[in-house]
Amino acid sequence: MLDSLLSLGGLVLLRDSVEWEGRSLLKALVKKSALCGEQVHILGCEVSEEEFREGFDSDINNRLVYHDFFRDPLNWSKTEEALPGGPLGALRAICKRTDPGPVTIALDSLSWLLLHLPCTTLCQALHAVSHQDACPGDSSPVGKVSVLGLLHEELHGPGPVGALSSLAQTEVTLGSTKGQASAHILCRRPRQRPTDQTQWFSILPDFSLDLQEGPSIESQPYSDPHIPPVDPTTHLTFNLHLSKKEREAKDSLILPFQFSSEKQQALLRPRPGQATSHIFYEPDAYDDLDQEDPDDDLDI
Amino acid sequence: MFVELNNLLNTTPDRAEQGKLTLLCDAKTDGSFLVHHFLSFYLKANCKVCFVALFQSFSHYNIVGQKLGVNLTVARERGQLVFLEGLKSAVDVFFQTQEEPHPLQFLREANAENLKPLFEFVREALKPVDSGEARWTYPVLLVDDLSVLLSLGMGAVAVLDFIHYCRATVCWELKGNMVILVHDSGDVEDEENDILLNGVSHQSHLILRAEGLATGFCRDVHGQLRILWRRPLQPTAQRDQSLTYQYKIQDKSVSFFAKGMSPAVL
Repeated sequence: MLDSLLSLGGLVLLRDSVEWEGRSLLKALVKKSALCGEQVHILGCEVSEEEFREGFDSDINNRLVYHDFFRDPLNWSKTEEALPGGPLGALRAICKRTDPGPVTIALDSLSWLLLHLPCTTLCQALHAVSHQDACPGDSSPVGKVSVLGLLHEELHGPGPVGALSSLAQTEVTLGSTKGQASAHILCRRPRQRPTDQTQWFSILPDFSLDLQEGPSIESQPYSDPHIPPVDPTTHLTFNLHLSKKEREAKDSLILPFQFSSEKQQALLRPRPGQATSHIFYEPDAYDDLDQEDPDDDLDI
Repeated sequence: MFVELNNLLNTTPDRAEQGKLTLLCDAKTDGSFLVHHFLSFYLKANCKVCFVALFQSFSHYNIVGQKLGVNLTVARERGQLVFLEGLKSAVDVFFQTQEEPHPLQFLREANAENLKPLFEFVREALKPVDSGEARWTYPVLLVDDLSVLLSLGMGAVAVLDFIHYCRATVCWELKGNMVILVHDSGDVEDEENDILLNGVSHQSHLILRAEGLATGFCRDVHGQLRILWRRPLQPTAQRDQSLTYQYKIQDKSVSFFAKGMSPAVL
Protein backbone atom coordinates (compact mmCIF):
# COMPACT_ATOMS: atom_id res chain seq x y z
CA MET A 1 0.00 0.00 0.00
CA LEU A 2 2.99 2.22 0.48
CA ASP A 3 3.53 2.44 -3.24
CA SER A 4 -0.01 3.56 -3.99
CA LEU A 5 -0.05 6.47 -1.56
CA LEU A 6 0.10 9.11 -4.21
CA SER A 7 -2.78 7.76 -6.28
CA LEU A 8 -5.29 9.11 -3.79
CA GLY A 9 -4.14 12.68 -4.01
CA GLY A 10 -4.54 15.22 -1.25
CA LEU A 11 -2.18 15.68 1.66
CA VAL A 12 0.08 12.79 2.62
CA LEU A 13 1.71 13.35 6.00
CA LEU A 14 5.04 11.61 6.61
CA ARG A 15 5.67 11.61 10.35
CA ASP A 16 9.23 10.78 11.29
CA SER A 17 11.37 10.97 14.40
CA VAL A 18 15.03 11.38 15.29
CA GLU A 19 15.61 7.62 15.34
CA TRP A 20 13.73 6.94 12.09
CA GLU A 21 14.22 9.68 9.58
CA GLY A 22 11.72 10.17 6.81
CA ARG A 23 13.58 12.09 4.13
CA SER A 24 14.60 8.90 2.31
CA LEU A 25 10.96 7.82 2.08
CA LEU A 26 10.04 11.28 0.86
CA LYS A 27 12.69 11.03 -1.84
CA ALA A 28 11.52 7.53 -2.78
CA LEU A 29 7.95 8.78 -3.23
CA VAL A 30 9.19 11.80 -5.19
CA LYS A 31 11.10 9.46 -7.48
CA LYS A 32 7.98 7.36 -7.97
CA SER A 33 5.91 10.36 -9.03
CA ALA A 34 8.63 11.55 -11.35
CA LEU A 35 8.76 8.14 -12.99
CA CYS A 36 4.99 8.25 -13.47
CA GLY A 37 5.43 11.38 -15.52
CA GLU A 38 4.00 13.85 -13.03
CA GLN A 39 5.33 17.31 -12.42
CA VAL A 40 7.20 17.39 -9.13
CA HIS A 41 7.85 20.57 -7.18
CA ILE A 42 9.98 20.54 -4.07
CA LEU A 43 9.92 23.26 -1.43
CA GLY A 44 13.30 22.65 0.15
CA CYS A 45 13.75 24.36 3.50
CA GLU A 46 15.91 21.92 5.42
CA VAL A 47 18.53 20.52 3.10
CA SER A 48 20.43 21.97 0.21
CA GLU A 49 19.44 21.30 -3.37
CA GLU A 50 22.51 19.14 -3.95
CA GLU A 51 21.78 17.01 -0.95
CA PHE A 52 18.18 16.50 -2.03
CA ARG A 53 19.05 15.66 -5.60
CA GLU A 54 21.81 13.28 -4.50
CA GLY A 55 21.03 9.70 -5.42
CA PHE A 56 18.64 10.54 -8.25
CA ASP A 57 19.70 9.93 -11.80
CA SER A 58 19.62 12.70 -14.34
CA ASP A 59 16.26 11.99 -15.97
CA ILE A 60 14.53 12.21 -12.63
CA ASN A 61 16.50 15.30 -11.70
CA ASN A 62 15.34 16.96 -14.88
CA ARG A 63 11.73 16.53 -13.86
CA LEU A 64 12.19 17.96 -10.38
CA VAL A 65 11.65 21.67 -9.87
CA TYR A 66 13.44 22.72 -6.69
CA HIS A 67 12.41 25.88 -4.88
CA ASP A 68 15.36 26.75 -2.67
CA PHE A 69 14.46 28.02 0.77
CA PHE A 70 17.55 26.54 2.38
CA ARG A 71 20.24 29.04 1.59
CA ASP A 72 18.56 32.19 2.83
CA PRO A 73 15.01 31.58 4.01
CA LEU A 74 14.73 34.65 6.21
CA ASN A 75 16.47 36.99 3.80
CA TRP A 76 19.38 37.78 6.12
CA SER A 77 21.68 38.45 3.24
CA LYS A 78 19.35 41.20 2.02
CA THR A 79 19.87 40.34 -1.61
CA GLU A 80 17.25 40.28 -4.32
CA GLU A 81 17.59 36.54 -4.78
CA ALA A 82 15.01 35.71 -2.13
CA LEU A 83 11.85 34.32 -3.66
CA PRO A 84 8.97 36.70 -3.08
CA GLY A 85 6.20 35.66 -0.74
CA GLY A 86 8.25 33.03 0.99
CA PRO A 87 7.36 29.36 0.87
CA LEU A 88 3.60 29.94 0.94
CA GLY A 89 3.84 32.32 -1.97
CA ALA A 90 5.73 29.68 -3.92
CA LEU A 91 3.09 27.12 -2.98
CA ARG A 92 0.28 29.31 -4.26
CA ALA A 93 2.23 30.08 -7.42
CA ILE A 94 2.58 26.38 -8.17
CA CYS A 95 -1.17 25.95 -7.89
CA LYS A 96 -1.94 28.83 -10.21
CA ARG A 97 -0.23 26.97 -13.02
CA THR A 98 -1.94 26.90 -16.34
CA ASP A 99 -1.08 23.46 -17.66
CA PRO A 100 -3.23 20.55 -16.58
CA GLY A 101 -1.85 17.29 -15.40
CA PRO A 102 -1.16 15.75 -12.06
CA VAL A 103 1.26 17.57 -9.81
CA THR A 104 3.14 16.38 -6.75
CA ILE A 105 4.40 18.94 -4.27
CA ALA A 106 6.93 17.78 -1.70
CA LEU A 107 7.26 19.96 1.42
CA ASP A 108 10.63 19.46 3.07
CA SER A 109 9.70 20.08 5.63
CA LEU A 110 6.27 20.86 7.04
CA SER A 111 7.93 21.21 10.46
CA TRP A 112 9.99 24.11 9.23
CA LEU A 113 6.88 25.81 7.89
CA LEU A 114 4.97 25.12 11.07
CA LEU A 115 7.73 26.67 13.20
CA HIS A 116 7.91 29.82 11.11
CA LEU A 117 4.30 30.41 10.10
CA PRO A 118 1.13 30.53 12.13
CA CYS A 119 -0.58 27.16 12.19
CA THR A 120 -3.87 28.55 10.87
CA THR A 121 -2.25 30.18 7.84
CA LEU A 122 -0.43 27.00 6.98
CA CYS A 123 -3.52 24.84 7.37
CA GLN A 124 -5.58 27.18 5.20
CA ALA A 125 -2.93 27.15 2.49
CA LEU A 126 -2.67 23.36 2.58
CA HIS A 127 -6.43 23.02 2.45
CA ALA A 128 -6.62 25.34 -0.53
CA VAL A 129 -3.88 23.44 -2.33
CA SER A 130 -5.11 19.94 -1.77
CA HIS A 131 -8.76 20.67 -2.48
CA GLN A 132 -8.10 22.64 -5.58
CA ASP A 133 -10.65 20.93 -7.80
CA ALA A 134 -13.37 22.47 -5.68
CA CYS A 135 -12.38 26.05 -6.40
CA PRO A 136 -14.87 27.88 -8.63
CA GLY A 137 -14.24 30.18 -11.53
CA ASP A 138 -11.51 28.07 -13.01
CA SER A 139 -12.33 27.16 -16.54
CA SER A 140 -9.33 24.98 -17.30
CA PRO A 141 -9.47 21.43 -16.03
CA VAL A 142 -7.07 21.04 -13.15
CA GLY A 143 -5.23 17.83 -12.52
CA LYS A 144 -4.85 15.98 -9.28
CA VAL A 145 -2.61 17.60 -6.71
CA SER A 146 -0.71 15.47 -4.21
CA VAL A 147 1.12 17.15 -1.38
CA LEU A 148 3.77 15.19 0.50
CA GLY A 149 4.60 16.80 3.81
CA LEU A 150 7.49 15.70 6.00
CA LEU A 151 6.67 16.33 9.66
CA HIS A 152 9.05 15.84 12.57
CA GLU A 153 6.74 14.69 15.30
CA GLU A 154 8.75 15.68 18.34
CA LEU A 155 8.96 19.33 17.44
CA HIS A 156 5.30 20.17 17.77
CA GLY A 157 2.60 19.91 20.33
CA PRO A 158 -0.51 17.81 19.90
CA GLY A 159 -2.58 20.78 18.68
CA PRO A 160 -0.78 21.60 15.41
CA VAL A 161 -0.07 17.94 14.71
CA GLY A 162 -3.73 17.12 15.22
CA ALA A 163 -4.79 19.95 12.90
CA LEU A 164 -2.47 18.73 10.14
CA SER A 165 -3.53 15.19 10.74
CA SER A 166 -7.18 16.07 10.22
CA LEU A 167 -6.31 17.74 6.93
CA ALA A 168 -4.40 14.75 5.67
CA GLN A 169 -5.89 12.03 3.52
CA THR A 170 -3.07 9.67 4.40
CA GLU A 171 -0.74 9.56 7.35
CA VAL A 172 2.43 7.49 7.36
CA THR A 173 4.22 7.13 10.70
CA LEU A 174 7.75 5.77 10.53
CA GLY A 175 9.16 3.56 13.19
CA SER A 176 10.24 0.05 13.77
CA THR A 177 8.18 -3.04 14.37
CA LYS A 178 9.89 -6.22 15.55
CA GLY A 179 13.27 -4.71 14.95
CA GLN A 180 12.81 -3.67 11.35
CA ALA A 181 11.90 -0.38 9.73
CA SER A 182 8.18 -0.13 9.18
CA ALA A 183 5.57 2.39 8.19
CA HIS A 184 2.20 2.60 9.86
CA ILE A 185 -0.23 3.86 7.23
CA LEU A 186 -3.56 5.40 8.11
CA CYS A 187 -5.69 6.10 5.08
CA ARG A 188 -8.86 8.17 5.03
CA ARG A 189 -10.89 7.76 1.88
CA PRO A 190 -14.02 9.83 1.42
CA ARG A 191 -17.19 8.04 2.48
CA GLN A 192 -15.26 5.03 3.70
CA ARG A 193 -13.91 3.89 7.00
CA PRO A 194 -10.28 4.81 7.64
CA THR A 195 -7.97 1.86 7.11
CA ASP A 196 -4.66 1.30 8.77
CA GLN A 197 -1.93 -1.19 8.13
CA THR A 198 1.73 -1.71 8.88
CA GLN A 199 4.15 -2.16 6.03
CA TRP A 200 7.77 -3.22 6.40
CA PHE A 201 10.06 -1.62 3.90
CA SER A 202 13.55 -0.50 3.13
CA ILE A 203 14.93 2.13 0.80
CA LEU A 204 17.53 1.01 -1.71
CA PRO A 205 20.52 3.23 -2.50
CA ASP A 206 18.87 4.48 -5.68
CA PHE A 207 15.79 5.51 -3.66
CA SER A 208 13.46 2.86 -4.91
CA LEU A 209 11.09 1.32 -2.40
CA ASP A 210 11.62 -2.26 -1.39
CA LEU A 211 8.48 -3.59 0.29
CA GLN A 212 8.99 -6.51 2.61
CA GLU A 213 6.70 -9.04 4.20
CA GLY A 214 8.00 -8.68 7.65
CA PRO A 215 10.98 -9.70 9.73
CA SER A 216 11.93 -13.24 8.77
CA ILE A 217 11.52 -15.73 11.59
CA GLU A 218 14.76 -17.55 10.78
CA SER A 219 16.96 -14.55 11.26
CA GLN A 220 17.86 -14.56 14.92
CA PRO A 221 20.61 -12.07 15.49
CA TYR A 222 21.90 -13.65 18.68
CA SER A 223 22.27 -17.39 17.91
CA ASP A 224 25.31 -18.34 15.93
CA PRO A 225 25.45 -22.00 14.81
CA HIS A 226 29.23 -21.92 14.36
CA ILE A 227 29.99 -21.50 18.05
CA PRO A 228 29.64 -24.91 19.84
CA PRO A 229 27.84 -24.87 23.17
CA VAL A 230 30.31 -24.47 25.99
CA ASP A 231 30.41 -27.10 28.77
CA PRO A 232 30.57 -25.14 32.04
CA THR A 233 31.85 -28.09 34.11
CA THR A 234 35.22 -28.39 32.35
CA HIS A 235 37.33 -26.04 34.46
CA LEU A 236 35.96 -26.51 37.97
CA THR A 237 38.06 -27.12 41.07
CA PHE A 238 35.52 -29.55 42.49
CA ASN A 239 33.99 -32.74 41.10
CA LEU A 240 30.46 -32.56 39.79
CA HIS A 241 30.40 -36.03 38.22
CA LEU A 242 29.37 -39.33 39.86
CA SER A 243 31.07 -42.67 39.32
CA LYS A 244 28.95 -45.77 38.56
CA LYS A 245 29.08 -47.15 42.11
CA GLU A 246 28.19 -43.77 43.57
CA ARG A 247 25.28 -43.48 41.22
CA GLU A 248 23.95 -46.92 42.17
CA ALA A 249 24.24 -46.17 45.87
CA LYS A 250 22.46 -42.88 45.34
CA ASP A 251 19.60 -44.47 43.44
CA SER A 252 19.04 -47.20 45.99
CA LEU A 253 18.97 -44.89 48.98
CA ILE A 254 15.62 -44.57 50.70
CA LEU A 255 14.97 -41.10 51.92
CA PRO A 256 14.19 -40.85 55.63
CA PHE A 257 10.82 -39.15 55.24
CA GLN A 258 9.62 -41.07 52.23
CA PHE A 259 6.62 -43.15 53.31
CA SER A 260 7.01 -46.42 51.50
CA SER A 261 5.08 -49.61 52.20
CA GLU A 262 8.00 -51.16 54.13
CA LYS A 263 8.05 -48.28 56.50
CA GLN A 264 4.33 -48.53 56.99
CA GLN A 265 4.58 -52.20 57.99
CA ALA A 266 7.46 -51.46 60.32
CA LEU A 267 5.46 -48.87 62.19
CA LEU A 268 2.34 -50.99 62.47
CA ARG A 269 4.16 -54.03 63.78
CA PRO A 270 6.02 -53.35 67.02
CA ARG A 271 9.55 -54.63 66.84
CA PRO A 272 10.15 -57.56 69.14
CA GLY A 273 13.57 -56.63 70.43
CA GLN A 274 12.65 -53.19 71.60
CA ALA A 275 11.50 -52.87 75.23
CA THR A 276 9.04 -50.17 76.05
CA SER A 277 10.57 -47.50 78.17
CA HIS A 278 9.63 -47.04 81.80
CA ILE A 279 9.48 -43.88 83.82
CA PHE A 280 10.29 -44.20 87.52
CA TYR A 281 8.87 -41.36 89.58
CA GLU A 282 9.04 -40.75 93.27
CA PRO A 283 6.80 -37.88 94.35
CA ASP A 284 8.36 -35.18 96.51
CA ALA A 285 6.91 -33.91 99.75
CA TYR A 286 5.37 -30.90 98.04
CA ASP A 287 3.86 -32.71 95.15
CA ASP A 288 0.15 -32.86 95.07
CA LEU A 289 -1.35 -35.44 92.80
CA ASP A 290 -4.78 -33.95 93.07
CA GLN A 291 -6.02 -33.60 89.50
CA GLU A 292 -8.84 -31.25 90.42
CA ASP A 293 -6.62 -28.64 92.00
CA PRO A 294 -3.18 -28.91 90.41
CA ASP A 295 -2.05 -25.42 91.50
CA ASP A 296 -3.13 -25.93 95.03
CA ASP A 297 -4.63 -22.52 95.39
CA LEU A 298 -8.26 -23.17 95.82
CA ASP A 299 -9.38 -22.09 99.20
CA ILE A 300 -11.91 -24.66 99.98
CA MET B 1 41.47 14.08 21.65
CA PHE B 2 40.63 10.67 22.94
CA VAL B 3 41.96 7.92 20.73
CA GLU B 4 39.40 5.40 21.95
CA LEU B 5 36.56 7.68 20.96
CA ASN B 6 38.12 8.09 17.50
CA ASN B 7 38.12 4.32 17.17
CA LEU B 8 34.48 4.09 18.15
CA LEU B 9 33.53 6.75 15.63
CA ASN B 10 35.87 5.22 13.06
CA THR B 11 37.60 8.47 12.28
CA THR B 12 41.01 10.14 12.56
CA PRO B 13 42.04 13.77 12.14
CA ASP B 14 43.45 12.95 8.71
CA ARG B 15 40.38 11.40 7.20
CA ALA B 16 37.40 12.97 8.91
CA GLU B 17 34.24 13.49 6.88
CA GLN B 18 33.35 16.99 5.83
CA GLY B 19 30.07 18.83 5.70
CA LYS B 20 28.69 17.13 8.81
CA LEU B 21 26.85 18.41 11.83
CA THR B 22 27.59 16.55 15.05
CA LEU B 23 25.26 17.02 18.00
CA LEU B 24 26.58 16.45 21.51
CA CYS B 25 23.97 16.18 24.17
CA ASP B 26 24.18 15.32 27.84
CA ALA B 27 21.53 14.25 30.28
CA LYS B 28 22.11 13.99 34.03
CA THR B 29 25.84 14.22 33.56
CA ASP B 30 28.52 16.55 32.22
CA GLY B 31 29.21 16.02 28.55
CA SER B 32 31.84 18.70 28.20
CA PHE B 33 34.60 16.10 27.76
CA LEU B 34 33.18 15.60 24.27
CA VAL B 35 33.64 19.29 23.53
CA HIS B 36 37.28 19.13 24.59
CA HIS B 37 37.73 16.04 22.45
CA PHE B 38 36.40 17.68 19.31
CA LEU B 39 38.27 20.92 19.95
CA SER B 40 41.60 19.14 20.14
CA PHE B 41 40.61 16.80 17.29
CA TYR B 42 39.95 19.59 14.83
CA LEU B 43 42.95 21.66 15.93
CA LYS B 44 45.14 18.64 15.30
CA ALA B 45 43.45 18.16 11.92
CA ASN B 46 44.75 21.62 11.00
CA CYS B 47 41.28 23.09 10.61
CA LYS B 48 40.27 26.67 11.11
CA VAL B 49 38.12 26.56 14.22
CA CYS B 50 35.58 29.13 15.35
CA PHE B 51 34.66 28.40 18.96
CA VAL B 52 31.59 30.11 20.39
CA ALA B 53 32.31 29.41 24.05
CA LEU B 54 29.39 30.58 26.15
CA PHE B 55 29.77 28.23 29.05
CA GLN B 56 33.36 28.46 30.35
CA SER B 57 36.26 30.85 30.19
CA PHE B 58 39.16 30.68 27.76
CA SER B 59 41.62 29.58 30.43
CA HIS B 60 39.45 26.61 31.34
CA TYR B 61 39.50 25.27 27.80
CA ASN B 62 43.19 26.06 27.55
CA ILE B 63 44.08 24.08 30.65
CA VAL B 64 42.12 21.04 29.51
CA GLY B 65 43.43 21.45 25.99
CA GLN B 66 47.01 21.31 27.22
CA LYS B 67 46.30 17.96 28.84
CA LEU B 68 45.06 16.77 25.46
CA GLY B 69 48.06 18.12 23.61
CA VAL B 70 46.85 21.40 22.06
CA ASN B 71 47.75 24.93 23.04
CA LEU B 72 44.83 27.28 22.52
CA THR B 73 46.85 30.44 23.09
CA VAL B 74 49.26 29.54 20.32
CA ALA B 75 46.42 28.50 18.03
CA ARG B 76 44.69 31.81 18.62
CA GLU B 77 47.81 33.77 17.88
CA ARG B 78 48.45 31.82 14.71
CA GLY B 79 44.97 32.60 13.49
CA GLN B 80 43.84 28.99 13.54
CA LEU B 81 41.39 29.53 16.40
CA VAL B 82 38.81 32.29 16.59
CA PHE B 83 37.51 32.30 20.15
CA LEU B 84 34.37 34.10 21.25
CA GLU B 85 34.55 34.12 25.03
CA GLY B 86 30.91 34.60 25.94
CA LEU B 87 31.50 35.33 29.60
CA LYS B 88 33.87 38.22 28.87
CA SER B 89 32.25 39.70 25.79
CA ALA B 90 28.80 39.71 27.36
CA VAL B 91 30.07 42.46 29.61
CA ASP B 92 31.66 44.30 26.68
CA VAL B 93 28.26 44.65 25.04
CA PHE B 94 27.21 47.18 27.61
CA PHE B 95 30.38 49.26 27.51
CA GLN B 96 30.66 49.41 23.75
CA THR B 97 29.29 52.11 21.52
CA GLN B 98 26.38 51.06 19.43
CA GLU B 99 28.00 51.58 16.04
CA GLU B 100 29.38 48.14 15.53
CA PRO B 101 27.07 45.19 15.91
CA HIS B 102 28.37 42.91 18.60
CA PRO B 103 27.87 39.15 18.25
CA LEU B 104 25.96 39.09 21.52
CA GLN B 105 23.89 42.10 20.54
CA PHE B 106 20.70 40.36 21.59
CA LEU B 107 21.62 40.92 25.23
CA ARG B 108 21.09 44.62 24.77
CA GLU B 109 17.80 44.46 22.99
CA ALA B 110 14.52 43.97 24.73
CA ASN B 111 12.95 41.88 21.99
CA ALA B 112 15.78 40.38 20.03
CA GLU B 113 14.19 38.59 17.14
CA ASN B 114 17.12 36.72 15.74
CA LEU B 115 20.78 35.89 16.17
CA LYS B 116 21.89 37.48 12.91
CA PRO B 117 24.87 39.37 14.47
CA LEU B 118 26.18 36.14 15.96
CA PHE B 119 25.83 34.40 12.61
CA GLU B 120 27.67 37.21 10.89
CA PHE B 121 30.48 36.93 13.42
CA VAL B 122 30.78 33.20 12.63
CA ARG B 123 30.66 33.79 8.89
CA GLU B 124 33.30 36.47 9.12
CA ALA B 125 35.54 34.27 11.26
CA LEU B 126 35.40 31.27 8.97
CA LYS B 127 35.36 32.85 5.55
CA PRO B 128 38.27 31.71 3.43
CA VAL B 129 41.08 34.21 3.32
CA ASP B 130 42.45 34.92 -0.13
CA SER B 131 46.08 34.26 0.62
CA GLY B 132 48.57 32.53 -1.64
CA GLU B 133 48.35 29.06 -0.14
CA ALA B 134 45.57 27.37 1.81
CA ARG B 135 46.83 27.20 5.38
CA TRP B 136 43.92 25.36 6.91
CA THR B 137 42.09 22.29 5.69
CA TYR B 138 38.43 23.16 6.29
CA PRO B 139 36.48 25.35 8.70
CA VAL B 140 34.85 24.05 11.86
CA LEU B 141 32.27 25.70 14.11
CA LEU B 142 32.10 24.59 17.73
CA VAL B 143 29.39 25.84 20.09
CA ASP B 144 29.41 25.25 23.86
CA ASP B 145 26.61 25.39 24.52
CA LEU B 146 23.38 26.25 22.81
CA SER B 147 21.11 25.95 25.84
CA VAL B 148 22.77 29.07 27.26
CA LEU B 149 21.17 31.10 24.48
CA LEU B 150 17.77 29.90 25.61
CA SER B 151 18.57 30.91 29.16
CA LEU B 152 19.57 34.35 27.92
CA GLY B 153 16.14 34.91 26.49
CA MET B 154 16.24 33.81 22.87
CA GLY B 155 13.41 31.65 21.60
CA ALA B 156 14.01 28.12 20.38
CA VAL B 157 13.02 29.00 16.81
CA ALA B 158 15.52 31.88 16.71
CA VAL B 159 18.31 29.58 17.88
CA LEU B 160 17.26 26.94 15.33
CA ASP B 161 17.39 29.57 12.61
CA PHE B 162 20.91 30.52 13.70
CA ILE B 163 21.96 26.86 13.45
CA HIS B 164 20.26 26.61 10.08
CA TYR B 165 22.16 29.56 8.68
CA CYS B 166 25.43 28.31 10.18
CA ARG B 167 24.79 24.93 8.59
CA ALA B 168 24.07 26.51 5.22
CA THR B 169 27.29 28.49 5.37
CA VAL B 170 29.73 26.24 7.22
CA CYS B 171 28.59 22.76 6.18
CA TRP B 172 27.17 23.35 2.73
CA GLU B 173 28.99 26.38 1.33
CA LEU B 174 32.39 25.98 2.95
CA LYS B 175 32.27 22.16 3.27
CA GLY B 176 33.23 22.36 6.91
CA ASN B 177 31.92 20.69 10.06
CA MET B 178 29.87 21.79 13.02
CA VAL B 179 29.85 20.46 16.57
CA ILE B 180 27.07 21.69 18.85
CA LEU B 181 26.46 20.90 22.51
CA VAL B 182 22.90 21.04 23.84
CA HIS B 183 21.94 20.09 27.37
CA ASP B 184 19.01 17.78 27.86
CA SER B 185 17.54 18.89 31.09
CA GLY B 186 15.11 16.00 31.19
CA ASP B 187 12.62 18.47 32.54
CA VAL B 188 9.19 17.77 31.16
CA GLU B 189 8.17 21.39 31.47
CA ASP B 190 11.07 22.83 29.50
CA GLU B 191 9.41 22.76 26.10
CA GLU B 192 11.75 25.27 24.49
CA ASN B 193 14.79 23.13 25.26
CA ASP B 194 13.01 20.07 23.90
CA ILE B 195 12.16 21.85 20.67
CA LEU B 196 15.76 23.03 20.39
CA LEU B 197 17.22 19.60 21.08
CA ASN B 198 14.88 17.80 18.70
CA GLY B 199 15.25 20.46 16.04
CA VAL B 200 19.05 20.20 16.05
CA SER B 201 18.81 16.39 16.22
CA HIS B 202 16.83 16.34 13.01
CA GLN B 203 19.46 18.48 11.31
CA SER B 204 22.46 16.45 12.50
CA HIS B 205 24.32 13.56 10.93
CA LEU B 206 25.80 12.15 14.13
CA ILE B 207 24.44 12.35 17.66
CA LEU B 208 26.60 11.61 20.72
CA ARG B 209 24.54 11.43 23.86
CA ALA B 210 26.23 11.21 27.25
CA GLU B 211 23.89 9.99 29.95
CA GLY B 212 24.37 9.43 33.62
CA LEU B 213 23.82 5.89 34.82
CA ALA B 214 20.24 5.08 35.71
CA THR B 215 21.41 3.69 39.02
CA GLY B 216 23.15 6.89 40.06
CA PHE B 217 26.73 7.97 40.67
CA CYS B 218 29.48 5.39 40.38
CA ARG B 219 33.18 5.89 40.98
CA ASP B 220 34.33 3.57 38.23
CA VAL B 221 31.75 4.17 35.55
CA HIS B 222 31.03 7.82 35.00
CA GLY B 223 28.30 7.41 32.45
CA GLN B 224 27.02 5.94 29.26
CA LEU B 225 27.57 7.20 25.72
CA ARG B 226 25.02 6.57 22.98
CA ILE B 227 26.21 7.04 19.42
CA LEU B 228 23.49 7.45 16.80
CA TRP B 229 24.28 7.73 13.11
CA ARG B 230 21.36 9.22 11.19
CA ARG B 231 21.59 7.34 7.97
CA PRO B 232 18.91 6.47 5.46
CA LEU B 233 16.95 3.29 5.97
CA GLN B 234 19.24 0.86 4.23
CA PRO B 235 18.96 -2.85 4.86
CA THR B 236 22.60 -3.32 5.77
CA ALA B 237 22.84 -0.39 8.12
CA GLN B 238 20.45 -1.75 10.74
CA ARG B 239 23.02 -2.73 13.30
CA ASP B 240 25.31 0.21 12.76
CA GLN B 241 22.68 2.75 13.56
CA SER B 242 23.09 3.02 17.29
CA LEU B 243 25.82 1.93 19.70
CA THR B 244 26.01 2.28 23.46
CA TYR B 245 29.19 2.29 25.54
CA GLN B 246 30.02 3.12 29.12
CA TYR B 247 32.96 5.31 29.96
CA LYS B 248 35.27 6.45 32.70
CA ILE B 249 36.99 9.83 32.55
CA GLN B 250 40.60 9.83 33.65
CA ASP B 251 43.08 12.65 33.90
CA LYS B 252 44.18 12.75 30.27
CA SER B 253 41.98 10.22 28.57
CA VAL B 254 38.62 8.57 28.58
CA SER B 255 38.29 4.82 28.49
CA PHE B 256 35.29 3.21 26.84
CA PHE B 257 33.96 -0.28 27.37
CA ALA B 258 30.86 -2.27 26.59
CA LYS B 259 28.00 -2.11 29.04
CA GLY B 260 28.77 -4.03 32.20
CA MET B 261 32.37 -4.71 31.20
CA SER B 262 34.09 -2.10 33.33
CA PRO B 263 37.48 -3.37 34.53
CA ALA B 264 36.48 -2.54 38.08
CA VAL B 265 33.51 -4.87 37.92
CA LEU B 266 35.01 -7.87 36.14
